[in-house]
Amino acid sequence: MLTSEEIQKIEHEISLVPTRKNACIEALKIVQHNRGWISDESLKDVAEVVDMSPAELDSVATFYNLIFRRPVGRHVILLCDSISCYVMGYESIRDHLYSALNIQYGQTTADGRFTLLPNCCLGTCDCAPALMIDNDLYRNLTVEQLDEILTKYT
Amino acid sequence: MELPLTQHIVPGRKPLSLKEYEKVGGYQSVRKILKAMTPVEVQTLVKDSNLKGRGGAGFNTGLKWSFVPMGPEAATPKYLVANADEMEPGTFKDRLLLEGNPHQLIEGMIVAAYAIQATISYVFLRWAYKLAAQEITQAIQEAQEAGYLGENILGSGFSLEMHLHTGVGRYMCGEETALLNALEGKRANPRAKPPFPQVSGLYGKPTIVNNVETLCNLPHIVNNGAEWFKGLSQSPDSGTKLFGVSGRVKKPGCWELPIGTTIREILEEYAGGMQDGYLFKGLLPGGASTDFLVEEHLDLPMDYGSIQSAGSRMGTGTMIILDDQTCPVGFVHNLQHFFAQESCGFCTPCREGLPWVEKILLAIDRGEGKPEHLLTLDFHTKYLGPGNTFCALAPGAMEPLQSALKYFREDFERHIHEHHCPWSKVWQPSI
Repeated sequence: MLTSEEIQKIEHEISLVPTRKNACIEALKIVQHNRGWISDESLKDVAEVVDMSPAELDSVATFYNLIFRRPVGRHVILLCDSISCYVMGYESIRDHLYSALNIQYGQTTADGRFTLLPNCCLGTCDCAPALMIDNDLYRNLTVEQLDEILTKYT
Repeated sequence: MELPLTQHIVPGRKPLSLKEYEKVGGYQSVRKILKAMTPVEVQTLVKDSNLKGRGGAGFNTGLKWSFVPMGPEAATPKYLVANADEMEPGTFKDRLLLEGNPHQLIEGMIVAAYAIQATISYVFLRWAYKLAAQEITQAIQEAQEAGYLGENILGSGFSLEMHLHTGVGRYMCGEETALLNALEGKRANPRAKPPFPQVSGLYGKPTIVNNVETLCNLPHIVNNGAEWFKGLSQSPDSGTKLFGVSGRVKKPGCWELPIGTTIREILEEYAGGMQDGYLFKGLLPGGASTDFLVEEHLDLPMDYGSIQSAGSRMGTGTMIILDDQTCPVGFVHNLQHFFAQESCGFCTPCREGLPWVEKILLAIDRGEGKPEHLLTLDFHTKYLGPGNTFCALAPGAMEPLQSALKYFREDFERHIHEHHCPWSKVWQPSI
């Protein structure tokens, strides 16, 4: 069930566009912001509010890289694996994250703290390698800095 | 050297507030057009300035606007969209303008909106640009409070609302018709053209989508004129351009320079040359979807025509350097992985062809390649090329592949003959 606050926010987005459907991505963003991801139940609830079938809404939800249709940890690490970071050796960062967190891409740590995902170019190629954790961007990364960065997220 | 776009940008410093921006001449172009120019006069001025789209395609901006229906019969509302979905790998130029001087973008958007008489505008911003989102939100609010946005701007009778829209991540959203679908809450598949967005765009209404850097040029063209803008350049193309360099150079970065500055000057004087211990092997001049250039091209001026005559494209103007210690097959494999993953899946050549290309490149890189694989790759560069796909994604993907097969063919052949990567470094997307 969506909360009344979620429904209110979604209705506000709907009021800004010609038809209810046009607000569906904003609606998914609102729910994901609160719950971390879009469960099947949330998907059905949102579909009803924006006047779409769950299947149609899922076709939109699964199209976009940053709508999560599976549970994620409290913090999501998005590691850039595009060309400039490749040239600058992002693989050492990836390998260190694998061993420090004991997970691979697409997985969540046992304590639910981190999910690790590869990500397309973050647009900070002059400061490669780079990653984002939640809303924070880290650049010119070295393996040595990683452990300290991770301690900021509980 | 006159550098209009970045003159008020100091990286790391908070951008100018509206008051500070006004003190250095900000929003003068809005006052000027609203008082003394008709929309069509603005279109003509921009057309005459020969400003070309800075998102990569390089189409004359004023000419693009001229296809928007004008006059009382035209459909309303019309829309203007700033394409700030910068997601081309290796490209980080619009970030500088968005974070560094958001009022310049807003001013440019007002000029563009007035020229086509759009009354609703959007900044379509990439989700990853969190700082830019904050700065733009604040700047829009300031502009609204000062009366540059909203109803009856400065008493002129012209009205414009502006909204920030942040995406949820997909390379396709940079393609203008796919971007419009994303804005409408749909899958970001590209649309068939015609009808072009100028006639039937967002919600079926006349719409212009312009790149951030393109829009940021407009206030300066209005204030200083078409001839001044042409004079900024060292080439037949007008104006300055943001050029960037990433890879194994001493000082990677992004700089505003006259169009026509040579590649060598950008690489050596601005990017500081190659890092010690690394040699230059090749470069992509304008993002991931442009053809490689090599040593013999370094004295070419970075302008649309010169780079095109060398078989590539200036694209976004942000170069990615291939050094001698990076495997060219791995480099191209990384690019093709990106394109295969970001294909929207709508048309068959792109959906099926790109993953096949990616698999072949991984096999070659692992030392499992066969001589006929190179012919299969050659074949794909033709059959995923222009005219065979629904949009420009797959043809763009083929540009670095076809030129790598041309300039670095020996390196591909060595992988096949020696049955291993000579660089001993196989790139695997997800191990």
